[in-house]
Amino acid sequence: MLEIKGLEVKLEEEDKQILKGVDLSVEAGSVHAIMGPNGSGKSTLSYVLSGRDGYEVTGGSATLNGEDLLDIEPEERAAKGLFLAFQYPVEIPGVGNMTFLRTALNAQRKLRGEEEISSADFLKLVRAKAKDLKIDAEMLKRPVNVGFSGGEKKRNEILQMAMLEPKMCILDETDSGLDVDAMKLVSDGVNALRDEGRAFLVITHYQRLLDHIKPDVVHIMANGRIIKTGGPELALEVEKNGYADILSEVA
Amino acid sequence: MAAQLKPKLDALEARLASLSLPEGGWSAPARQDALARLGATGLPNARDEYWKYTRPDTLVAREAPAAAVFEASETPIFSGRDRLKITFVDGVFDPEQSDALELEGIAIERLAEAGTKDIHWAKDLYGVLEARGQSPVERPLAALNTAFATDGILIHVTGTPSKPVSLVYIHKDEGSDAILHHAVKVETGAEITLLENGPAAARFNKVLEVDVADGGKFHHVRAQGRDHERRAATHIFARLGEESLFKSFTMTANGVLTRNECVIEFTGDDAVAHVAGASMGDGDFHHDDTVFITHDAVNCESRQVFKKVLRNGATGVFQGKILVKKDAQKTDGYQISQSLLLDDDSQFLAKPELEIYADDVACSHGSTSGAIDDTALYYLRSRGVPLREAQDLLTLAFLAEALDEIEDDSLADEIRERLDGWLARRRG
Ligand SMILES: Nc1ncnc2c1ncn2[C@@H]1O[C@H](COP(=O)(O)OP(=O)(O)OP(=O)(O)O)[C@@H](O)[C@H]1O
Ligand SMILES: [Mg+2]
Repeated sequence: MLEIKGLEVKLEEEDKQILKGVDLSVEAGSVHAIMGPNGSGKSTLSYVLSGRDGYEVTGGSATLNGEDLLDIEPEERAAKGLFLAFQYPVEIPGVGNMTFLRTALNAQRKLRGEEEISSADFLKLVRAKAKDLKIDAEMLKRPVNVGFSGGEKKRNEILQMAMLEPKMCILDETDSGLDVDAMKLVSDGVNALRDEGRAFLVITHYQRLLDHIKPDVVHIMANGRIIKTGGPELALEVEKNGYADILSEVA
Repeated sequence: MAAQLKPKLDALEARLASLSLPEGGWSAPARQDALARLGATGLPNARDEYWKYTRPDTLVAREAPAAAVFEASETPIFSGRDRLKITFVDGVFDPEQSDALELEGIAIERLAEAGTKDIHWAKDLYGVLEARGQSPVERPLAALNTAFATDGILIHVTGTPSKPVSLVYIHKDEGSDAILHHAVKVETGAEITLLENGPAAARFNKVLEVDVADGGKFHHVRAQGRDHERRAATHIFARLGEESLFKSFTMTANGVLTRNECVIEFTGDDAVAHVAGASMGDGDFHHDDTVFITHDAVNCESRQVFKKVLRNGATGVFQGKILVKKDAQKTDGYQISQSLLLDDDSQFLAKPELEIYADDVACSHGSTSGAIDDTALYYLRSRGVPLREAQDLLTLAFLAEALDEIEDDSLADEIRERLDGWLARRRG
């Protein structure tokens, strides 16, 4: 589903190389996890894939279902099924959460040449999905993420994912800031979406999340590269021993 | 002083040559007084401090600069609601397009009939609040209006009418120069909503005087635009009694020159006044909100919320003053003026002022200019919202705080739809 080959990325404004040749292949139906020390480039990878400004691709490629991702606009990537749950969800004062969700859903449908969803169907859908995530009506009415607690923001990201039903879901530290119960809710939300035709790339620092969302493959990223790939046991090793061993192993 | 006054008096003389005093009847003394005020000040010019950011020349010129008639494709705003409609075409009352001037809870008269009908309550209001509003800052265009207004609507509110009074202004003549003067007296405990919309004329000078007695409520929602070439100088003068409420909101889309002045005076304790505006313009759009609020009573609340979206070299102006007199303790005054600059060519000129003589007050003001938030834009796009649509969504979000000042939800929704439609049409 997602193919990343030799991806090299630098900052647009500075001469600072952040990704130094990332290779990653995520098949449909699978869950991959990325772990790695702070500052290793995990979020940068997710931003570059989703089309954020400020980065320059200096080498390599990234495709979604065989189609080039890097040359198209962020909204087109979304319409093709890419979704990023942000490490730091953005507050948008003045835009209601409901308006935001409906606009996004309809915009994607339009870009794909599909019919817009009716108001009634939309309401039904959003209520059901919000209920699963214990997001109350009042939160839906508020401006996007404004005044939300850290955990509420993360749940709101998963609500968007549940509504938009993307094909390739990237979750950047969705577990950080979640209490134990919310972690369970969010994981259930993710697991409910697990499907043959969908894949997940879960960025996390902790094994805890991976207890709930069982990954098929675990990657370790360090200094702008994937330095090691393995099974779920790799995450357990990191949890126990930190990164020192792995880093020295490849050095 | 005299040297500065001379050109203003010369301008007045030139202007007066193209005007004639209407048959005044009961309004004649007020018109004479206004003429005398005008004779002392002359007409404003570019050197006036109060006209530093907005050139008054086309507003004071002898003839109205021509303005092409704009044919909107959409149905006029407010037309779908239950209302008492009163229409003026190029400043001339049109009975054909107006409802009968009757509504339970109010009495409606026309200024043009002043010569033949005595309207005692209007006599005590017409030109009175305008005259009070001439100090400490002179407003010659308003005095000119009082003297020469050809017509206007006079509303005496004694109850709570079931529907709003809706003034509709139609522009048909490219050279029309309209002067209208409305006066509303809201009696104790009474309540009214006044709506205004339409381009009015090539040049429009309008005054609205609103006297709200104790416990009275006045709501005002106005839509200007989206015709572009017309020029408008409008004034609202309001006087607020004890525990009264005054709320005025204006939406402006387009217009080469709009100057909306609002002068509010609190004379009774515990009253509330909110005045807000949301404007959007392009290119040679010039939009000026000038507000002066005088607190001369205890425990009153005033709020000014003005938002302007400017692009392609458009100019936005805000001059807002809160004056708190010595005995106006417990005053709560808030003022915010903000612009969203969609490019580097557009400019926002703001002059917020506080002048406070009481010691127990809470007043704040702020003014900002900014661009669209890139991070929010990316966030929206990452969810599939196309760039232009995302920009428009954030533009509406920017205006939201001003729209929140409209008390009636259905009116707020209608304004929001109009703004949305305006943006969507631009997107094509
Ligand atoms: N816009 C930027 N300006 C300057 N430095 C940047 C920018 N974006 C990323 N970086 C740098 O690139 C490196 C990678 O950052 P990134 O956020 O991708 O790390 P991460 O792996 O997600 O870290 P964490 O686990 O702490 O979230 C860091 O050193 C960071 O400071
Ligand atoms: Mg990160």
